[in-house]
Amino acid sequence: MHGLIIALISGLVFGAGLVLSDMVNPVKVQDFLDPWGSWDPSLAYVLGGALAVTLCASHFIMQRKTPLLTDRFHLTVNTRIDGRLILGAGIFGVGWGLSGYCPGPGLISAIMHPNEAILFLPALVIGGWIGGRFMA
Amino acid sequence: MLESLPTQELLGGLLIGTSAVFLLVFNGRIAGISGILFNLVFNPLSKAELSWRLAFLIGLIGGGYLMLPAVFELRQGYSPILLVVSGLAVGIGTRISHGCTSGHGVCGIGLMARRSIVASATFVTTGIMTVTILRHYIG
Repeated sequence: MHGLIIALISGLVFGAGLVLSDMVNPVKVQDFLDPWGSWDPSLAYVLGGALAVTLCASHFIMQRKTPLLTDRFHLTVNTRIDGRLILGAGIFGVGWGLSGYCPGPGLISAIMHPNEAILFLPALVIGGWIGGRFMA
Repeated sequence: MLESLPTQELLGGLLIGTSAVFLLVFNGRIAGISGILFNLVFNPLSKAELSWRLAFLIGLIGGGYLMLPAVFELRQGYSPILLVVSGLAVGIGTRISHGCTSGHGVCGIGLMARRSIVASATFVTTGIMTVTILRHYIG
């Protein structure tokens, strides 16, 4: 039960951060990805701010054997840098640029910009299903 | 440059990082949104696995809702085809590479995972290529 509350609070803070930082504005995201056009580098501060926290905290968290509420850390054991990683990340970047949405802002667009979400979100899930077929 | 320090972006980033750390230190889970979404939809292993993911996503959208109204002007009349193709590509790509901007970018780099550093460099690069072609050669 406590784990559920943690997940809910974590989601709340994440969603608030995405809106406050303007990551949910797809035009601004595309401007960030447009260094030879109407470049807006300010979104780099979003990643910078997030990494400032995660890089510092991860160092201390990983010295623990277990999390505070559960029995183990669920981290990937996969360290391979292979074609699948590059191909997948490459395709994701193309999709990110085409609309300005990555998954988090895409989900929040369901309430902010339903006209776009109604096209983007079903396609996102279908894409996830197609991607899953590649992994078999 | 200092007078135009993007405070909101920085604060938003700090919130996102705090959220990721919170989920990791208490629950031992990575706040990777594509992974949480796809495991919820395609891989509902057990009720417990399902419910924390659902709680996170409800929180995500709720947290966004609490911060509304947004200040920016909503884009109007964007190409429906681009939105659909974008959704497909984001879905396929993040499922194959096991992560998106949050899972690889915020959490993975935060844990200094080489995989995530490579993935993030790759999706930013192809994102820039895509917007450049879209805006300057097609649009």
